[in-house]
Amino acid sequence: MGVELFYPEFEVVRNYDRCIACRVCERQCANEVHSLLESKGIMISDESKCVNCQRCVALCPTRALKIVKSNCTLRENANWQNDTIREIYKQAQSGGILLSSMGNPKPLPVYWDKILINASQVTNPPIDPLREPMETRVFLGKKPERVQRDETGALKCELPPQLELTMPIMFSAMSYGSLSYNAHASLARAAEKLGILYNTGEGGLHEDFLRYGKNTIVQVASGRFGVHEGYLRSGAAIEIKMGQGAKPGIGGHLPGTKIVGDVSRTRMIPEGTDAISPAPHHDIYSIEDLRQLVFSLKEATEYQKPVIVKVAAVHNIAAIASGIARSGADIIAIDGFRGGTGAAPTRIRDNVGIPIELALAAVDQRLRDEGIRNSISLVVGGSIRNASDVVKAIALGADAVYIATAGLIALGCHLCRTCQTGRCNWGIATQRPDLVRRLNPDIGCERLVNLLTAWQHEIMEMMGGMGINSIEALRGNRLMLRGIGLTGKELEILGIAHAGE
Amino acid sequence: MKRVYVNEQWCLGCHLCEYYCAFANSGLSDMATALKGTRIVPRIHVEGDNSVSFAVSCRHCKDPICMQSCIAGAIYREDGVVRIRKEKCVGCLTCILVCPYGSLTPDETGIAQKCELCLQNGSGAPACVRGCPNRAIVYEEREDAV
Amino acid sequence: MRKEGEIRIPSGCAIAAMISKSGDRMCGERIVASMRPMHDRSNGLGGGFAGYGIYPEYRDFYAFHLFFDSRSTRKECEALLKEQFEVVKGELIPIRKTAAITDEPIIWRYFVAPLPSVLRDLQLDADELVVRTVMKINTSLNGAYVFSSGKNMGTFKAVGYPEDVGAFYRLDEYEGYCWTAHGRYPTNTPGWWGGAHPFTLLDCSVVHNGEISSYDANRRFIEMFGYKCTLQTDTEVITYILDYLMRVQKLTAEEAAQIIAAPFWSTIARVSDPAQKKQLQYLRTMFSSLLITGPFSIVLGFNGGLMALNDRLKLRSMVVGEKADRVYIASEEAAIRVMEPDVDTIWSPSGGEPVVVRVTGGQADGR
Repeated sequence: MGVELFYPEFEVVRNYDRCIACRVCERQCANEVHSLLESKGIMISDESKCVNCQRCVALCPTRALKIVKSNCTLRENANWQNDTIREIYKQAQSGGILLSSMGNPKPLPVYWDKILINASQVTNPPIDPLREPMETRVFLGKKPERVQRDETGALKCELPPQLELTMPIMFSAMSYGSLSYNAHASLARAAEKLGILYNTGEGGLHEDFLRYGKNTIVQVASGRFGVHEGYLRSGAAIEIKMGQGAKPGIGGHLPGTKIVGDVSRTRMIPEGTDAISPAPHHDIYSIEDLRQLVFSLKEATEYQKPVIVKVAAVHNIAAIASGIARSGADIIAIDGFRGGTGAAPTRIRDNVGIPIELALAAVDQRLRDEGIRNSISLVVGGSIRNASDVVKAIALGADAVYIATAGLIALGCHLCRTCQTGRCNWGIATQRPDLVRRLNPDIGCERLVNLLTAWQHEIMEMMGGMGINSIEALRGNRLMLRGIGLTGKELEILGIAHAGE
Repeated sequence: MKRVYVNEQWCLGCHLCEYYCAFANSGLSDMATALKGTRIVPRIHVEGDNSVSFAVSCRHCKDPICMQSCIAGAIYREDGVVRIRKEKCVGCLTCILVCPYGSLTPDETGIAQKCELCLQNGSGAPACVRGCPNRAIVYEEREDAV
Repeated sequence: MRKEGEIRIPSGCAIAAMISKSGDRMCGERIVASMRPMHDRSNGLGGGFAGYGIYPEYRDFYAFHLFFDSRSTRKECEALLKEQFEVVKGELIPIRKTAAITDEPIIWRYFVAPLPSVLRDLQLDADELVVRTVMKINTSLNGAYVFSSGKNMGTFKAVGYPEDVGAFYRLDEYEGYCWTAHGRYPTNTPGWWGGAHPFTLLDCSVVHNGEISSYDANRRFIEMFGYKCTLQTDTEVITYILDYLMRVQKLTAEEAAQIIAAPFWSTIARVSDPAQKKQLQYLRTMFSSLLITGPFSIVLGFNGGLMALNDRLKLRSMVVGEKADRVYIASEEAAIRVMEPDVDTIWSPSGGEPVVVRVTGGQADGR
């Protein structure tokens, strides 16, 4: 019995009056928590292995199971909290960096929840989206500064390449490798059905998904996995990933155990080798290097595809975004500090970066101050959780949002935050064939389509309430927002008034 | 006619279909009461191992060999559904012997039972389909019925 | 209570306009009369008029109309003007004292021309220098406010009912080929002279009835190009948008209408002419932040014509009448019947359908 052994974090509570010993919990738990005690014909559990993914709870046909947080805790201490102490035990045992997954779970401010949306009364009519047209279509890409006319005086109607979306939402980058084949299939099919885009992440593009090219953003990250000319040409846009909200300043590491079969082929690296993405792009040490990569990618695709530059929201994001806007990029994607990940060092996930709301407000205002807001589109992500977050993001100034965690939740993710183990019981963040099979893309696609269709309806309802019938009239319309419980400084950065003003 | 079809690609081998089947045909309203402490005798069976598995139940053949071979005339077709008149069955189990799919089984009392698509029990529609967590069992109209 | 310019002012309103296609000059009295039957659409907190072709003798000079709070502010402003402009004339705008209009500021007009040396030094065209000067006075010279700055046109506005404002400014003594009028029903201000409409910049004047829901999206976009929305009214931002589209981007009135009241995407999809379809798609995508949503009916006046336009859902009333070479526009048919009891045709333009009238002769410098 060492100091690091202590009572499990969760308890499996089994109601033996209801348990029929059907063993579905046992068969469905990749962590091997449940087993049948043959001699007594009853189910038993090893709670130390439980990650609280709720797979057994969801599948138990008699609702005999629940997973609860253990109340066997250390003596309460507001400074030395249980998690803090557990982490110390873990590190004292392992000598390693702590890893965790998904977004920052700490109780830091969520500004979306402190922003309220306006509605029309009397002086201006609300619009009923069931009776009147309500437009959510957006075009992402650079808009020229001046209109041009030909010799006859007719307008020259050519624009730089634009991405057309039926609603201002896209699925953000999650690589094939970190996600299962079926999760990617669900995202690609849903994107096509919805008329939006999904993003390959840095794992390359599986040849089965080439047919969704019109709805695909292909990513070029620091590891350059799976990048070749055909790959660049196969998507609708190219994203250069400079950083990620969950781990700004950090590269990526997909363990060799996940580099199997198709994943290895798609990434173009040998089976079993670790896929390590360096922290920087080693050909980009400055803004002018970025400009070269932007134009290299444009050259490779004959200037037919918009280039997105994705960065994590860090302290001087406004200046960085301004630099990117002048680098030739068509779209900036900013990822806030609550953004998810398949694996990140815990300390970095929980302490590095800034909230997307503040980053968005600062960037949008800076680009306007410099008069270049129309020369670049702004996409934000990093914990967009629902339709009202989308509306608030657009009103703060975003052209569109990226969602990822919300999409995974629609696919079945229960946010147990153990993606890094590769034993995802929901078939999402795993490469084990028996687990991957648990996500039927027919269901996955349908659920993603349902989710975003529902969000679109809600966005339309909120727009209609404000008397706005097209999403572009909401973009940057900060007068439609009010803060609640925010300091003067926070309001100043967000560029909104306080409720009641 | 709508039939139950299985798609082994999505079968997880979780065996939930068997339990939902047994519950649907138990006539009871609570699953725990119906199935606790009993050995279930479902009309659908999951075959296979961890790498490939699939559920097997009656195909409701157009020309059912079980019906032809029933010595008591207990098996009949009604609106395309192959059914058993329990009171006529003598328990010879010839039907089990001849069914090429292994779809029939003896029930707790020793007479033959088979999937009747839950049309007569409280479920109203196949309980196995409704209970499948991964849509590996579907209930639908197809051209290629046997 | 905060003053105008410190807070956004929504308002309801009455608008009217009349224009002679052949450029005949019409007495201002008629447009003033048109506002009487629409009295209830205003609440006495603002009324105003814009007349085109009213200063033929000074047609080559920018006519600046200004409000001053004191003589010293006027002196200060004049000094500022003289740094960059030749001032050929400066005078009080003639008024008629009436009980209905009180607390008037000092109201002056100047006829000015930019000094060529200044334009050379700053590498600006004359219009741009005027715009910058207007922005500078209105944002940084406390107590002075330029409310009209076009050539051969002028705006006249005050706190009061429009018919009283017309009498106050003695509009019966002016003749123009085009007139627009406005009665204001603001809901968020005690009324301010500068905040009355029409709102103008150069020769571009806007009268507007409505409350646009896209206000801040439009404002934050247009402010990128040097405009400063100091009044926080819809009319101000609409004027700047139209100035930007028509003067800076050199688009026609019709093209500008295809941006601010862009057809729905579903409508664009049904357009059969591919060139037309492409243009609509292009303009809507290129200037998406200048789409105006929410209810509005506006009349945009400019040298040589006007454009009347409703929001694309037609959430505000607006009728158009014609008689011979005259076109009449108003919030209510009653107002048109006052201007011309015997109109040939009268109709209600549909939402987003611009009515553009261009003057072919007389005083007009066509655009």
